[in-house]
Amino acid sequence: MAKPAALELIKLTKSYGGTVAVDAIDQVIPDGTYTCLLGPSGCGKSSTLRMLAGHESVTSGDIVHKGANITDLPPARRGTAMMFQSYALFPHLSVVDNVAFSLKMKGVEKAKRQKEARELLELVDMSAYGERLPDQLSGGQQQRVALARALITRPSILLLDEPLSALDPFLRIRMRTELKRLQRELGISFIHVTHSQDEALALADHIIVMNRGKIEQDGPPQEVFDAPRTEFVARFIGGHNILGGSGNRKLAVRTDRMTIATQSSAGAIPASVVAVEYLGTIVNVTVETAQAGELTVSVGDTAYFHKPVEIGQSVFLTWKAEDAHQLAA
Amino acid sequence: MANQPNVTFGALGAGRAGPGMSDAMSGWLLSAPLMLVLAFFLILPIIMIVIVSFWGATEFSIYPAFQFDNYEFLLSSPVTYQVFLATIKYAIITWVCTLLIGFTIAYFLAFHIRTQTWQIILFLLCTIPFWTSNIIRMISWIPFLGRNGLANSALVGMGIVDQPVEWLLYSDFSVILAFVHLYTLFMVVPIFNTMMRIDRSLIEAAYDNGATGLQTLTNVIIPLTKPGIMIGSIFVVTLVMGDFITVRFMSGSQKANVGRLISNDIALLQYPSACATAVVLLVTVLLVIAVLLRFVDIRKEL
Repeated sequence: MAKPAALELIKLTKSYGGTVAVDAIDQVIPDGTYTCLLGPSGCGKSSTLRMLAGHESVTSGDIVHKGANITDLPPARRGTAMMFQSYALFPHLSVVDNVAFSLKMKGVEKAKRQKEARELLELVDMSAYGERLPDQLSGGQQQRVALARALITRPSILLLDEPLSALDPFLRIRMRTELKRLQRELGISFIHVTHSQDEALALADHIIVMNRGKIEQDGPPQEVFDAPRTEFVARFIGGHNILGGSGNRKLAVRTDRMTIATQSSAGAIPASVVAVEYLGTIVNVTVETAQAGELTVSVGDTAYFHKPVEIGQSVFLTWKAEDAHQLAA
Repeated sequence: MANQPNVTFGALGAGRAGPGMSDAMSGWLLSAPLMLVLAFFLILPIIMIVIVSFWGATEFSIYPAFQFDNYEFLLSSPVTYQVFLATIKYAIITWVCTLLIGFTIAYFLAFHIRTQTWQIILFLLCTIPFWTSNIIRMISWIPFLGRNGLANSALVGMGIVDQPVEWLLYSDFSVILAFVHLYTLFMVVPIFNTMMRIDRSLIEAAYDNGATGLQTLTNVIIPLTKPGIMIGSIFVVTLVMGDFITVRFMSGSQKANVGRLISNDIALLQYPSACATAVVLLVTVLLVIAVLLRFVDIRKEL
């Protein structure tokens, strides 16, 4: 590797009483990347993030940041800053005072810290709201303030705990773009916990898929989506049909790589149409097969309306051999 | 609200059977029962007290009048000022003690006890003294603090003092001790309640921003606990300023506060004078509350 690893997790483990939340994970997160920790609730992604932030004690293992072991350092001395899921803005302080909080704790004098806070507010496009209280802001605005407050500590890693989950879908997509832009501009690492695969695919340079305290797969989004290593990843990331109950190696085929034919051909699977879902640019056709149960085929809208199918109709599914992808047992 | 046209049913009214009631009207009706109770049992008695405070009295009779004799006598007597000063002294010292103890207990319960079960158990433990009456709790101090009581026996026995300590009982110390014992819970409850509503991620956010434990306490926890502190303070201050029985028992009738002044007047059937003192006390307490309320907008915080 050309650059030294910014952040390295070594056999990182967290257990609560008898239950293991994070199970000896090893991971290298390079400098200046946007990393998404993706997984269902309870998979250990939040515990991992909280251990990185220093808000959760590490049961065993180490966290190394730029060559220094930061496993037991207090949150403020790790070079990380955390943005909380509920934003955790101080309700009794104005926006400027919220952003300037860490400087006040360091004893920076008032005029100086307020000036610096206003610069950060400028960065997140919130300079007009400096005097307001958090209660007087919308969810999206609160999030920008939380972002400014985290960034004023000049962290080299920003940790985001489900930052978009409290926003409405429209705002979520807008803030998503903005987070990505900020990360590129600042050039620091963002580590973003999410349970939404759309979010992870859209944002990340690097996706880490977690399940039951372990890392199932990690890599660039395209690789994770195109070549899921396990059945769990294929199901969780979505857009895949899992085939092959016989034998112990299962196959994954992307739903948009399957085609529906009305005539049988060699290797085609007979099926009957169960449901048709029109989604604008694509149409999801759900079919029932004898071999593999319920499958989904995504057809482009033009292709679909050129040759529509009806519910109950008998069809045949085909795909190219190179699109079938073997999963780990 | 009352003079606003009723727009709620305007559009629907035509098709509706039955009478529509305006929002203002139903609001008044809903609050009427409580208003009646308060009018009969709070406003009316206070009005009576104010009226009687202007009446006249001789050694053996009370007669309706409108004169300022009672107030004149009250406000010109140096005893009044001494007694009010003593009352305020009790209130302030008790307030400081209950605030320190109550805040510490509430802080411990809210932030250091991890499970809710234990929080409830320990909280109920705090209320156990309330299973007996005020008087019993008060009197139980007497054998403990007396000249030959447990405290003095222990102190003499351990050789810390040669002579039994005299100021333990029938003194300002014993009065304030009893006040603190009786009223600390009134501080704990509202403070604990507001602390439980503080989002735990705010504390983490403070640490994340480099605050020390003490800085988190002064910059985050105390400002957010202010409504609870204010409500507890109002409870304690009004209870202490209106009290007479604790002062009488715990000082062995050697100390006075305004409550005792009123109770003495009543014992002597000097109702007009008692009423005048009560009115002055009421005004004083209301002023104190007004000052406290200036620090925090309770309506907003509730």
